[in-house]
Amino acid sequence: MKSKSLAKWLISGPPLLYLVLFFAIPSLIMAFAAFRFPGDYGGLLPLTAANPDTGATELLINFGNWRDFLTLENFQRFFEEPIYFELFVKSFWYAGLTTVICIVLAYPLAWLIARSPKKTRDLLVLLVILPFWSNFLIRVYAWMIILGPQSYFSRSLNYLLGLVGIEPVSLLFSQFAVIVGLVYVHLPFMVLPLYANLEKHDMALLDAAQDLGANAWQRFWKVTWPLSLPGVWAGTALVFIPALGMFAIPDLLGGTNSMMIGNLIKQQYLDSRDWPFGSVLSIMLTLTVLLLAALAGWAGSRGKDKR
Amino acid sequence: MALLEIRDVVKTFGDFTAVNHVSLAVEAGEFFTLLGPSGCGKTTLLRMLAGFEQPDSGEILLDGKNMAGVPPEKRPVHTVFQSYALFPHMTVAQNIAFPLKMAGVAAAEVPKRVDEVLEDVRLQQFARRYPHELSGGQRQRVAIARALVNRPRLLLLDEPLSALDAKLREQMQIELINLQKEVGITFVYVTHDQGEALALSHRIAVMSQGQVEQLDAPETIYSYPKSRFVADFIGQCNLLDATITDVQPGRMKVEIEGVGTAEALPVPGAQVGGKGTLTLRPEKIKLGASLPQGGVDEVHFKGRVHDCLYLGDVTIYIVELDNGTLVETMLPNSGSGKAKFFDDNDLVELAWRFDAGHFVLA
Repeated sequence: MKSKSLAKWLISGPPLLYLVLFFAIPSLIMAFAAFRFPGDYGGLLPLTAANPDTGATELLINFGNWRDFLTLENFQRFFEEPIYFELFVKSFWYAGLTTVICIVLAYPLAWLIARSPKKTRDLLVLLVILPFWSNFLIRVYAWMIILGPQSYFSRSLNYLLGLVGIEPVSLLFSQFAVIVGLVYVHLPFMVLPLYANLEKHDMALLDAAQDLGANAWQRFWKVTWPLSLPGVWAGTALVFIPALGMFAIPDLLGGTNSMMIGNLIKQQYLDSRDWPFGSVLSIMLTLTVLLLAALAGWAGSRGKDKR
Repeated sequence: MALLEIRDVVKTFGDFTAVNHVSLAVEAGEFFTLLGPSGCGKTTLLRMLAGFEQPDSGEILLDGKNMAGVPPEKRPVHTVFQSYALFPHMTVAQNIAFPLKMAGVAAAEVPKRVDEVLEDVRLQQFARRYPHELSGGQRQRVAIARALVNRPRLLLLDEPLSALDAKLREQMQIELINLQKEVGITFVYVTHDQGEALALSHRIAVMSQGQVEQLDAPETIYSYPKSRFVADFIGQCNLLDATITDVQPGRMKVEIEGVGTAEALPVPGAQVGGKGTLTLRPEKIKLGASLPQGGVDEVHFKGRVHDCLYLGDVTIYIVELDNGTLVETMLPNSGSGKAKFFDDNDLVELAWRFDAGHFVLA
């Protein structure tokens, strides 16, 4: 019994330690930073200083002066200025739209792969993950070329638009380009969990549904779709959350008005060097995502009870 | 007019002819069984009745209406699948309500209809359970209830009992017979289990290699098989190769090479010199150390016990005839207090009434 639990710790210990060191502790540091003041030259106002006489490190903060070091001002700024809330809403909208488009595009593809013969299936899965073999930034730069005004794609599109009397459009540096980029990058993360789910479906269920009077539309919505929901949820989590925090794609493909929350956080840390406010934004993002996940879980379990 | 008429139906998959010119008719209210080994075409025929496959040629008529081109969802035919195919995300009640909803039955009426059919299969208290919370037998009954609730013209059952253990299977057979009597719906039942077919059916179509070998009532199929295949496939049967030596009205003689002459009922088309097989059920053979000879209506041979199989209620004795042919016989172990009457290599005598055997022309 004892050796069994020892083995359990030996196996789960290293990954647990890794997560504590590189995820839990940094998260706590960040949470703490949200309550501190920015330093004079960026970063954080130091809580310790070297004593000029002894050279030893001394703690500057104490019970008398903690108000000089800890503050709620950063949170105040977040809640007082509507622009941050608006940016949150916009980022959720982008990530949500990306997720929906990914579901619509990935579902038929995942279905097709799941229904292919075994050999073709492996090849198709390989093709889905093939883009991961090249660098993420290179793939986004490729979209800059495709959507750029000089590309065949843009020129043909604008030529066709001209034929029906519509003004030429500029594709790059727009919200459209950002959504295209987000969908492109995240699509495989929707295809794979959906495929893993659909592949396990028992085809006899569809025969049974048809036999009992369901047409193709009813067979999908009454049988396939509800049974695929675990895959849809897994894909949604894998697409929505990374898309929400994405900053590289809006940076490269977006225009001045397609900034996302990720860009602002990056800006706070790297450009403005206002770490406390960057931390506030990160924490608020994490909390909102957790809240949404809790709501979804609650709604899901309620739905199950009702069934 | 028959409820279901199958006229000269052919179905091929590539080079393989699954169903080869099959014609048969099923009457309303009948428990009809398609029986045959795997690959005989019975499941393909069933799938054509359900509408999942289309015949290459021939016609399927239901209530006199040609079913060609009618998709499964539009046919008044429901199937009980071998794997049951219950919807795992729906409760028992929701599973059973499914065909009602698809048929557009008024929402207010659905619960009443579901309750009724749940009562028929004695599952009222399981209405809110999910399929994974049920035993195999209960799932089976849900699948039947779901297929029956809409009162289809025809209920197709594709080896529905094959996943159950022997005891439960027997119990479900009795339930199926009673249920079919109660609801009066025509059942077309597919199985490879000849015992099941004999126990359940009003009529059986024995299929082999895409064709119907014999279509008759169970007792006719068992006692008067039309071909060597049917005799061999249904139950235990001794097959003795023989040649006709004499044909009289009401009686003919056949020569079993190396053993002797036996009398048998004449069969249509019998001619002197005609070759064929004398089929003989083990339970119709008398076995003894010495049996009275010279009975007018009896066939009488000698042999030697080759093997004994003690089965509890009966013991099977495999007897070797003079020409080396092995004949299976059985004796009940009732009343004697003895488990065995003979041992290996005992000399025994066999006898049977001349009309117990049935001659099949090759």
